[in-house]
Amino acid sequence: MPDLVFQIAIIIAKIVTLTFLIVLPLVPLSVYFERRFSAIIQDRVGPNRVGIPFTLLGFKKDFHLFGLVQPIADGLKLFLKEDFTPDHVRKAFYWMAPALTVVPALITVCVIPFGSPLGIFGHTEKLVIADLDIGPLFIFAVASLSVYGITLAGWSSNSKFPFIGGVRSTAQMISYEIALGLSIIPVLLYYGDLNLSNIVQQQADHGWLLLPLWGHDAEHTLGSKLLFWIPAFIAFLIFTISIFAETNRMPFDLPECETELVGGYHTEYSSMKFAMFFMGEYAAMVIGSALIITLFLGGWSIGFGLDALVAQLHIGDFYFGGLIHMGCFLTKLIAFILFFILVRWTVPRFRYDQLMKLGWVVFFEAALINVFLAALIIAAPELTGAIIGIGAVLLIAVTGAVIWVARVSEESPKVLRA
Amino acid sequence: MAVIKLQRPKLNFGEKIYFGALIKGFFLTMTHAVKTLRGKSVGADELASSGLGVTMQFPEQRWDSHLPDYYRGAPTLVTDEQGRERCVSCQLCEFICPPKAIKIKPSEIPSDDPWAKVEKRPLEFDIDMIRCIYCGMCEEVCPEQAIYLRKDYLITGLKRADMVHDKKKLYEIGGVRTGLVNKWNELK
Repeated sequence: MPDLVFQIAIIIAKIVTLTFLIVLPLVPLSVYFERRFSAIIQDRVGPNRVGIPFTLLGFKKDFHLFGLVQPIADGLKLFLKEDFTPDHVRKAFYWMAPALTVVPALITVCVIPFGSPLGIFGHTEKLVIADLDIGPLFIFAVASLSVYGITLAGWSSNSKFPFIGGVRSTAQMISYEIALGLSIIPVLLYYGDLNLSNIVQQQADHGWLLLPLWGHDAEHTLGSKLLFWIPAFIAFLIFTISIFAETNRMPFDLPECETELVGGYHTEYSSMKFAMFFMGEYAAMVIGSALIITLFLGGWSIGFGLDALVAQLHIGDFYFGGLIHMGCFLTKLIAFILFFILVRWTVPRFRYDQLMKLGWVVFFEAALINVFLAALIIAAPELTGAIIGIGAVLLIAVTGAVIWVARVSEESPKVLRA
Repeated sequence: MAVIKLQRPKLNFGEKIYFGALIKGFFLTMTHAVKTLRGKSVGADELASSGLGVTMQFPEQRWDSHLPDYYRGAPTLVTDEQGRERCVSCQLCEFICPPKAIKIKPSEIPSDDPWAKVEKRPLEFDIDMIRCIYCGMCEEVCPEQAIYLRKDYLITGLKRADMVHDKKKLYEIGGVRTGLVNKWNELK
C-alpha cells in the first residue's frame, strides 16, 4: 500500500512539474518571444518595459528584465476585462469551447519525454508523465479534439464571421490530419516502436533522425542511415508544415484571419475566454514543436555520442543527467518555437483554395509515396537486387503518374464557343 | 478600338515549388533581425534610434533637438523685449478656435500704466489643453503677434483642472520673444 501511495505521489509531482511548471509557463514565454521577435524583424523594439516596479516601493531604479513580465501584465489585463456574453449565443457550447481548445493541448504533454531517467537512491524515474506505448497516436487522438473547441466556438457564437472561421478550421484540420498521420509512418517504421521515450533513446544511441552522424554499428550503418535520411527529410517537411496547419499558425491561419473574418472563431469572445483561445493556440504550438523535436531532432538528446556520458553523471546516489537532458530539450523547444515565429512573420497567408490544394493534392500524395519509399529503403537489406529494382521502378512509375494527374487536373478548362 | 491582350507571366518550376521564395524570405527577415540587434537598421541614424531598430525609446531619449522650427506644440502667450504683454484681448483667437479651447476675460489697462494707450489686456486667459487640437489658427489670426505655438508637447496632468493653462502658465511657457513688430512704440 505505501508503494502505491509513493507511485501516485510521483505521478502527481510529475504532472505538476512538467505540465504546470514547465509547459504552461512556456505559453506566455512564447507570446513574449512572438512579440519581441516580430518587433526585431520589423526594426522595432517590442515590449521591453514591464518588469518589477521597484520605484513604487521607494527604490531608485525599476528592474526591467527585458520586459519578460509583459505576458503576466497582459494576462492580468485580460483577467480584469469585462467578460461579456452576447445575447445571441448558444450559452452551453459558448462556455465549453475555450476549455476544449486548451485542455487537449495540455493533456498531450503527458507522453512527451522531457529527459533521460533521473536516478535517486537506486530508484530510476523516467521524465515523462505517462510512458505510453502509443505515444504519437495518443497525441493525434487527443490533439484533434481541439478542433471541436474552435468549431463549437464558431457555431455557438451564432454570428457570421465566427461561423466561417469555424467551418474553415474544420475543413483545414480534416485535410491536414491525413497528411500529418501519413507523414510519420516512415518514422515509426524505422524505429519499429511507438513509445516516444524509446524513440528518443534510439536517437541518442544511433544519431538523430535528421542528423545521423554518430553511434554506427552493424545494425545501424552510416550508409543505411544516410539513405533513410531522404524519406525522413520528406516526412519532416510534410509533418512540420502540417503541424503549422494544425495549430492555425501563420501561413495557414485562415480560421482567424483578421483581414477577412474580423477575429475569426473568437470574434464574439472577450476577457479570459478569449485568453483561453489564445493560450490554446500557443500551447498547441509548444506541443507541436515538442513532437517534431522528439520524432526528428533527437528529443532530449545532446547528440554526438555525449548522451551516455551525461547519463552517467552523478553526485553520490543522485544521477542528475536527466536534468541536463531536460535543459537540452527545452533549448531545442525554444529554438523551434522561434522558428515557428520566424515563419509567421515571413510567409504570407495562403488563399483557401491553395491551402486545400496543398493539403490534398501535394502533401497527401507525397506522404503516401514517401511511406512506400521508406518501406523499400528499410526492407532493402533483406531483399534481392531484382526485387529492389522492380520496387524502385514501380515507385517511380507511380510518382510519375501522380504528378501527371496533378498537372492535368490543374490545367484550366478550355473556353467553349458556340 | 485596339484591344491589347496582356498575358500574365507564367511561373516557372522554381517559382511554383515555392521553397526558394521561402528561403529568400527567411534571409530577408533574419537580415532585418540581425541589423536591428546591431543597431544598423536602415534609417537608424536619421531617426536617432536607441540602438535597437529605428525606434527612439521615449522617456529616456527625446526628439526635442530634432523638432523643426515650424513644430506646433502647446499654444502660449509671449512678452516682447520691453516686457509688455502683447495680448490686447481682442478675442479673435477665442472666436476662431475650432474646438473652443480658449476663454478670455478682457480688462482695461489703468490710465497710469505706461502702456495705457493699448487700452486692453486680458484679465484671465485660459486654454483648455484637453480641447486644444494644436491647429495653430490662434497664432495665425492674432493681429498682435501675441500667441505662438511653442515646442512643448508633453502636456500632462492628474485632473482636468491641471490641464487648463491659465495666463500665468501661458506666459511662463511662452517667455520673451524678440524681433516682433512693435507697433505700440512711440514714433521717433
